[in-house]
Amino acid sequence: MTAPILRIENISKRYGKKDVLKGASLDVKKGDLKILIGPSGAGKSTLLQCINFLVKPDEGRIWLDEQEVHYANKRDLYAYRQKVGMIFQDFNLFDHLTALENVRIGMVRVKGMGKAEAGERAVLELERVGLKEHMQKYPAQLSGGQKQRVSIARALAMDPRVMLLDEPTSALDPELIGEVHAVIRDLGNNGMTMIMATHQIGFASSLASEILFMEDGRILERGTPDKIFNHAENARTQEFCSKITELYGERG
Amino acid sequence: MRHRVPLFHTFLKAIERMPESLIAIMDALPYLLQGSIVTLIVVVGAMGLGFALGAPLAVGQVYGHPVLRRFIAVYVWFFRGIPLLVFLFLFYFGLCTALDINLSAFTVAIIVLGLISSAYQSQIFRGSILSLPEGQLKAARALGMSDFKAISFIILPQALRLSIPGWSNEYSILLKDSAVTYALGVAEIMARSHFVATRTYQHLPLYFAAGVIFLVLTWAGTKGLRLLEERARIPGYSPHGL
Ligand SMILES: Nc1ncnc2c1ncn2[C@@H]1O[C@H](COP(=O)(O)OP(=O)(O)OP(=O)(O)O)[C@@H](O)[C@H]1O
Ligand SMILES: [Mg+2]
Repeated sequence: MTAPILRIENISKRYGKKDVLKGASLDVKKGDLKILIGPSGAGKSTLLQCINFLVKPDEGRIWLDEQEVHYANKRDLYAYRQKVGMIFQDFNLFDHLTALENVRIGMVRVKGMGKAEAGERAVLELERVGLKEHMQKYPAQLSGGQKQRVSIARALAMDPRVMLLDEPTSALDPELIGEVHAVIRDLGNNGMTMIMATHQIGFASSLASEILFMEDGRILERGTPDKIFNHAENARTQEFCSKITELYGERG
Repeated sequence: MRHRVPLFHTFLKAIERMPESLIAIMDALPYLLQGSIVTLIVVVGAMGLGFALGAPLAVGQVYGHPVLRRFIAVYVWFFRGIPLLVFLFLFYFGLCTALDINLSAFTVAIIVLGLISSAYQSQIFRGSILSLPEGQLKAARALGMSDFKAISFIILPQALRLSIPGWSNEYSILLKDSAVTYALGVAEIMARSHFVATRTYQHLPLYFAAGVIFLVLTWAGTKGLRLLEERARIPGYSPHGL
């Protein structure tokens, strides 16, 4: 058995009196695509943000490449975050920068690369997501699907070991979802390791190496897409899956 | 009906004195315009100082340690709470004398107006920072940026753009407040018009001219900041879909 790239152990998070995460654990191997599903408020976003410490977990430990991450140490934290790409539901492109500058800024300001070299790499990444001709546009001049693809290029430019995607298509019109899915599918085919929260179960079941069903701060059930969608053991998983199949169309 | 006649007379008298008034203004104009340069230097200096202090204060008040935030809140309360004239006297006649510091009235004017402006400007910037979506900082952190880098390269460039309309306001307030520094003897517009008016007894035309110069300076500065706002606008970005 190969060692996991990312190892998440017993992550817990409390907001006031509310336990939002109650000990979530997860091993991710190279090339895995783990899909988080579950009802609204289950804690999917909180878990993803705990993984790169945008939200500080109250308990739990994380290892990347078998090195434990000590997030209290700022240097460790910044180095770790460079290796963990994050894609947000509402894109969060830097509004005052062009697509090219959005992709370049991490390389220049965090990795300390030269502007020219970083610019070349940024063009490559934008080309990869099919946006080379839009590289001089500002976020406000791009469609939602284009914005999300820029944000994927921005994350890829940092050469991440793992990508976290938090409902990358749920703010998009149906006709724009496909273009973002195509980019993610491409990433998966090229061996990118990913953890993604989504409600798009058709897409999820065609790509996922494992589906994790979350509810109420816990990962209740996990397994192959076939197991979770067709032979779930937990009644809550079955109920959720049949509801979401109705909403988001056929699995396949 | 009855009081129309004296009113008419007054009006006629004023007309009669018109040439005299015009001459008084023309005579004093170069002297007053020199004063407007002094005024502008004081205002621009104070705005600059207010910016240099106000921007870090705003950042500290939004992102800083609770103790720092408390301290900044007190700072803002202090500098916004004391009347300008009290402050000028306190600093110039009080502090400078007590500590035996030799500063010109002109320098004191810039420092005092700048300190007060820093309190106001910090609140302009703070409002702009708070109006940015939380996701901007999150995305910057997710790339591995330290908070210092995220604030310098992502937050402030956007917040400062949003602050330009507030600045325009701050400029026109500073411009008018600068007239108070006449009390220290700074040779700005107000001091000079007062000086000429008391010597020539041409009060009306001289204060009128001073008022007009202030109006022109307000107009020019506001216009300039409007152009800056236009130039700094992010393409495609229109907050109200206009
Ligand atoms: N900053 C916060 N303060 C207090 N409560 C929070 C905060 N962030 C999230 N929560 C709560 O934590 C719970 C989990 O939220 P989270 O956003 O992780 O759910 P989710 O599974 O991503 O839901 P969705 O599918 O709607 O995105 C919710 O009950 C939410 O109200
Ligand atoms: Mg969520």
